[in-house]
Amino acid sequence: MNPAQSTARRKPATPPPPVSVFPFNSGSLLSVSDLTLEGVGRVLTRATELEQMSPLRRGSILAKRRLALLFYESSTRTRTSFELAAKALGADTTLVSSLSSSIEKGESLKDTGLTLRALGAEGIILRHPSSGAAWLLEASTRLPVINAGDGMHEHPTQALLDLRTLVMHLRPGLREVNDQTLAGVTVSIVGDVLHSRVARSNMLLLPRLGARVLLCGPKELLPDMATSSGPGIEIERDFETALRASTAVMMLRIQAERLAGLKLDLNDYKGKYQLTGQLLATHAPKALVLHPGPIIRGMEITAGVADGPQSMILEQVMHGVAIRMAVVERALTSAGRPAAQEPKKGDLA
Amino acid sequence: MTAIAILGGHLMDPSAGVDAKKDLLLKDGRVAEIAGPGKLKGAAGAEKLDASGLIVAPGLIDMHVHLREPGQEYKETIATGTAAAAAGGFTAVAAMPNTTPVNDSPELTRWMQAPERGAAVRVFPIAAATRGSKGEAINDYAALRAAGAVAVSDDGHPILKDNVMREALTAAARGGLCVIQHAEDTRLSQGASMNLGAVSFKLGLRGMPSEAESSIVERDIRLVAELRDLHPHLHVAHLSTAAALTAVRQARRNGLRVTCEVAPHHFLMTDEHVGLYDTHARMNPPLRATADREAVIEGILDGVVDAIATDHAPHAMHEKEVEFEYAPNGIIGLETALGLSMRWLHGEWKMPLGRVLSLLSAQPAALLGLKGRGTLAAGSFADVVVFDPRAEWVYRAMEGKSKAKNTPFEGWTMQGRVRWTICEGRIAYAAAM
Ligand SMILES: [Zn+2]
Repeated sequence: MNPAQSTARRKPATPPPPVSVFPFNSGSLLSVSDLTLEGVGRVLTRATELEQMSPLRRGSILAKRRLALLFYESSTRTRTSFELAAKALGADTTLVSSLSSSIEKGESLKDTGLTLRALGAEGIILRHPSSGAAWLLEASTRLPVINAGDGMHEHPTQALLDLRTLVMHLRPGLREVNDQTLAGVTVSIVGDVLHSRVARSNMLLLPRLGARVLLCGPKELLPDMATSSGPGIEIERDFETALRASTAVMMLRIQAERLAGLKLDLNDYKGKYQLTGQLLATHAPKALVLHPGPIIRGMEITAGVADGPQSMILEQVMHGVAIRMAVVERALTSAGRPAAQEPKKGDLA
Repeated sequence: MTAIAILGGHLMDPSAGVDAKKDLLLKDGRVAEIAGPGKLKGAAGAEKLDASGLIVAPGLIDMHVHLREPGQEYKETIATGTAAAAAGGFTAVAAMPNTTPVNDSPELTRWMQAPERGAAVRVFPIAAATRGSKGEAINDYAALRAAGAVAVSDDGHPILKDNVMREALTAAARGGLCVIQHAEDTRLSQGASMNLGAVSFKLGLRGMPSEAESSIVERDIRLVAELRDLHPHLHVAHLSTAAALTAVRQARRNGLRVTCEVAPHHFLMTDEHVGLYDTHARMNPPLRATADREAVIEGILDGVVDAIATDHAPHAMHEKEVEFEYAPNGIIGLETALGLSMRWLHGEWKMPLGRVLSLLSAQPAALLGLKGRGTLAAGSFADVVVFDPRAEWVYRAMEGKSKAKNTPFEGWTMQGRVRWTICEGRIAYAAAM
């Protein structure tokens, strides 16, 4: 072997993966990673401002602006939340759903997006069963695209509303966020992490504010490599240990529809990972209990816990509308974006 | 057919041990004469090609391409695919049988080679190993071979059943063919659209574990060992994992006839290149982890890898402009293989030029038993590539000859530019100057 070869063996240089071109549109929210920490702060602040604003004034912000809700998966909670948020700002929304006949049989996502754009949609809120769909739609249309959940990948507005829930309770009165905002806070994300876009968005977002994320679940639903998704992510397979460390615990639904091929004994799972009143009282009597919904009572969480005093579930729903108002406004106006990026369009304050 | 004299070039014919300035005379589809510069005796009246400063080498042979004809001519045809091959310096391609219908018959095998297909270079069909590539009943290999098939494979589908694979290896050994296996245990790769690892987790995509490949390679090697008295030849298509390479290396040490090919994308890219759902980085086997890629490079440099093959897999633009999970597997590769191999294997990793060319020509010719190809010794077929080894250029798929443009190498810098490709004494490609 000649020396040049042995050098090559140690370090095979190659062109690095291309730098991301996304997002094409600065109004888009595809991933929580699209937001700087400042951007996250602006969304939180604006959510509160919009929530407190008079409905009349709020309703003029996006008066007559056109938003399409493109839903390839049914979702009562997220769809209604976005719809109420957009309408509260005065926007006209139109729902295009794979369940109605609106999405032509066999038409590609790209073509559907281009059609919506031609019809005058100024932004698209997309829910899709396939990971990465929002990126494809954005690249095809160059419109502001809000990712309302793509496959098993991300659900950025859910992570933002979870963050708002945490901040409201743990840091009341906080005015702006930084990388220490959640220092000392441990959030456990429990259950079917593998198939969860909520878990992925949260594990990317929360550590950036200083939180420690503990992932908890069986190997089949939580592979070891999950920790390499970003900094500040650890795995604790024992539920009780995780609970004892938790400031907040986020329970996930078992996504039966995505389990394809996985053998999972649901009774065994319940025995190990169901959040019961007793476990909560013994190990985490003060922890906030979050759940992105829909909840399956008696599976990952008991009815008593879901309805109990530590449960944030309905509060999360409420924060969802506020966060989505801010995100929708950000999509169609320069509000909530860095000032330099775009000239301001009219007075929003 | 007029004779062609290639003058002033540097002849690199590794299997003949030639690495010197030579003139070459091609006549009647064969290499008629090789002589020192200016010394050709029979060059009078021949068309003269000035090859000064250029490398003259045996035409490249790609033992793994998908030409899509019959059945999917909107993706590629034999004519357009072989035009791309010629532009890439290839004088012969071995066409996989996953056409529509599947090439599992002597009739279709002949049809693919008929002059009416308009091939620019030689097409050697690889016939299906089993009826309809369904992995159940093996085909009549003697008849397929007589019709021109150079190997059998169910590429795209693995032969999963032990007894069927055993039968295939046995029949192929008796018929003097090799069995090319697409090694993928589909029971482990259900729904997978990329390599299983940290990247697939992060992207929320189902991943294909490396064991899906290596376990089939290991199983096949066990079968070859069982049948060793018959000397079956197992060839592993598009090998992509460290574990599979280890298995092949070990099998060779044990004296088994087990060979493998590697595609340029597997020695150049990893699953990180999927980026944010770039469907041009979706292929099967998928781009793997860094450790796999490094092992594959090591295997190429130390000789365990027998051939570079592109797995040229054309798809129409609209087929790739879809959700990552719905996109078809595969990328085109005929027009980038030489440029990438020269740039990286030779340029960056210092593999001697002769060895690089051998991986792209003499060795695949030997694996497929193509007599008189992969060399320019006098009397062999006049299959020649003439290229400028120093020319750097930037690849633009739109400028390519393939009907398809699905490549992850758009904008990459290539080294080595093809000037002429000559197939059986005919100029199949001449660069626009
Ligand atoms: Zn294959």
